[in-house]
Amino acid sequence: MSDMGVNVVVVGGGVAGMEAAGQLARAGINVTLVEKEKETGGHVKQWHHLFPDRRNSMEVLTYLKHQIDHENITLLSGNTIIGFQRKGSGILIITNDGKELKADALLLATGFDLFKSERKEEYGYGIYDNVITSADLEAMFRKGELKLKDGGEPSKIGVVHCVGSRDEKAGNVYCSKLCCVTAVKQAMEIREHLSNSKVFCFYMDMRMGGALYEEMYRDAQEKYNINFIRGKVSEVGVGFNNKLVVKVEDTLAGRPLKMELDMLVLMAGMEMSEDGLKLAKAGKLNIGENRFFAPADHHFGSNKGNVKGIFYAGACTAPMNITETISHARAAVADIVDYLKTTSK
Amino acid sequence: MEINGKKRIWSEYQKEIADDHFFYVRSCIRQSFFPGSEQFFLNFMRNVLGKDVYENPSHTTCTGIGYHGDIVPFSTIMTVVARHFALMKESGYKNIAISCVTSFGIYTEILETWKHFPEELEKTREYLYKATGREFDIPENMAHTSDIIYKFRNDVAARAKNLLINKLTDEPLKVVEHIGCHYSKMFPRYGVGGAEFPNVLSGMVEAWGGDVVDYPERRHCCGFGFRQYLVQANRGYSISNTTKKFSSMKPFKPDLVLTNCPGCNMFMDKWQYTIREMEGTTYGVDGESIPVLTYEELAGLVMGYNPWDLGLQFHMVQSEPLLRKMGIEFNNEDKYKTKDGRQMPIPENLINV
Repeated sequence: MSDMGVNVVVVGGGVAGMEAAGQLARAGINVTLVEKEKETGGHVKQWHHLFPDRRNSMEVLTYLKHQIDHENITLLSGNTIIGFQRKGSGILIITNDGKELKADALLLATGFDLFKSERKEEYGYGIYDNVITSADLEAMFRKGELKLKDGGEPSKIGVVHCVGSRDEKAGNVYCSKLCCVTAVKQAMEIREHLSNSKVFCFYMDMRMGGALYEEMYRDAQEKYNINFIRGKVSEVGVGFNNKLVVKVEDTLAGRPLKMELDMLVLMAGMEMSEDGLKLAKAGKLNIGENRFFAPADHHFGSNKGNVKGIFYAGACTAPMNITETISHARAAVADIVDYLKTTSK
Repeated sequence: MEINGKKRIWSEYQKEIADDHFFYVRSCIRQSFFPGSEQFFLNFMRNVLGKDVYENPSHTTCTGIGYHGDIVPFSTIMTVVARHFALMKESGYKNIAISCVTSFGIYTEILETWKHFPEELEKTREYLYKATGREFDIPENMAHTSDIIYKFRNDVAARAKNLLINKLTDEPLKVVEHIGCHYSKMFPRYGVGGAEFPNVLSGMVEAWGGDVVDYPERRHCCGFGFRQYLVQANRGYSISNTTKKFSSMKPFKPDLVLTNCPGCNMFMDKWQYTIREMEGTTYGVDGESIPVLTYEELAGLVMGYNPWDLGLQFHMVQSEPLLRKMGIEFNNEDKYKTKDGRQMPIPENLINV
């Protein structure tokens, strides 16, 4: 039962939205959780194992579902928000099916979209059979089979870092922050699935700035014999034997490389979600150079928007991992509770 | 390979190509090396499709080879191009049709420069006016002539007498398509299909019944590269690039190479001869070399033109193996005769004959 008699609408039923909804409900606040898909869980439900401890993503999903299993939470799945406006002391929110939701505060947890790898035309995603993305590889891991399009077993596999990240041509100069550690995790998992395989990671810089990331990177080299080549892949083609022909510059050796691979995995970066961008436009919310929601203050107000009563949680403000997302969601809840107390006086 | 992936890319790189009333600018070298190509284009456009294509006798080189050879400054080439635009304005045309890929690249580079640096446009207007008293407008539509043949590729197909089918096997001919780097690699939006999977030539091959060969070095330079060749000491680099390209396509056994750039056609044709002379290597089947045709020459063959009227005999690699596959009849006695029947000198050491 609601103790405070206030309503908060949370948009986005991924990690940030689910965690925040649960925490708000436990604080005695009525929560309407709006999720565009039929199922909550966001990107996590597509993933197999998580870094750094290789936890099964289902464990995180189970935790999050438990979080939103609360009488103060109403779940509107299969719905989106198309607009909102301040009305009196609250906010009037319009859903895609014309429903009006009245809230005292609005929390946007619209998350991120994976970079559409086909935009990097030179890699041939969607054209060459065995060029796949990190998300495609996770789906293979979940099925328990790592196979080529023709059903064969790959023996030489390349992993391309920074696909759509730190890439001016793609319009994204920022680092997606999680692709390096994802690449290391997936490279190790490939070797576990296919012990005779050779794995090559093509990177610009190894950005392993999280707890236990560097240790994973060390293990990947020392225990899993993964080859890390500093250089960006310039183009991909297909040879007469149907193997991928990959051109890359090895910037440490100072020479170009051309190698045949069976499979190439593209580490798709993170971009502001299209839904988030639409809401930013509809609600006149500030976005940063990276197109993610720009918080009111990077140090003291990373959960607050430029419009009164609007808050942010998770990867709609910048690329972040699950640990950071959960912390960010909890911080958003603290800000919202504080805001509601202040405005109700 | 997923063709739908390519189609998605092609759909994002469709350019508007004018339908009629073209101000035609020729290439400096095409009339010498492939003398039937521009002639076919003009005949096809004017007499077959009934389009208005105008040539101005005062048109000159764009100086692109000098520009890429570092001897013509950018401000000079901008003024030369501005003069071409002035001739077009004076002639009452708004759609420019460019025969040369080097020129096309020059024009796109200059238009993009003017778009992003309007002060350069103003300076160019001033230079041209001071030098010639002329004024110019920026074209409303700019197309390479391969864009125009692409636009009308189905009109060629509708008049086809010889599709790109190997009549000995009933299989589609395997065609390597090679676009010039300056067609769309600098500014992909100016090219049909973009830069990575261009559609301008592959669209013609598809419409005329052939299969496109996708080989690993498809995007690689033909070997010309201007300074790679123009500086004599660099010519080993030039031919090594061509070698890399042909070595990569050889396992696919292509029946012909189709180009839209004069430099590419010249080098992929003539370096095959040179490599054969230097080390005895050939890249076609049974020790033959691979004919390298322009899109106008191929369109002409498809439409049933006499191969010698199209000027195929002026290539270094002769086209007889291709003509036999396509089932095209030809008379070798006419090969080196002028239109009025006089015998021209017959070159020695012809390849593929």
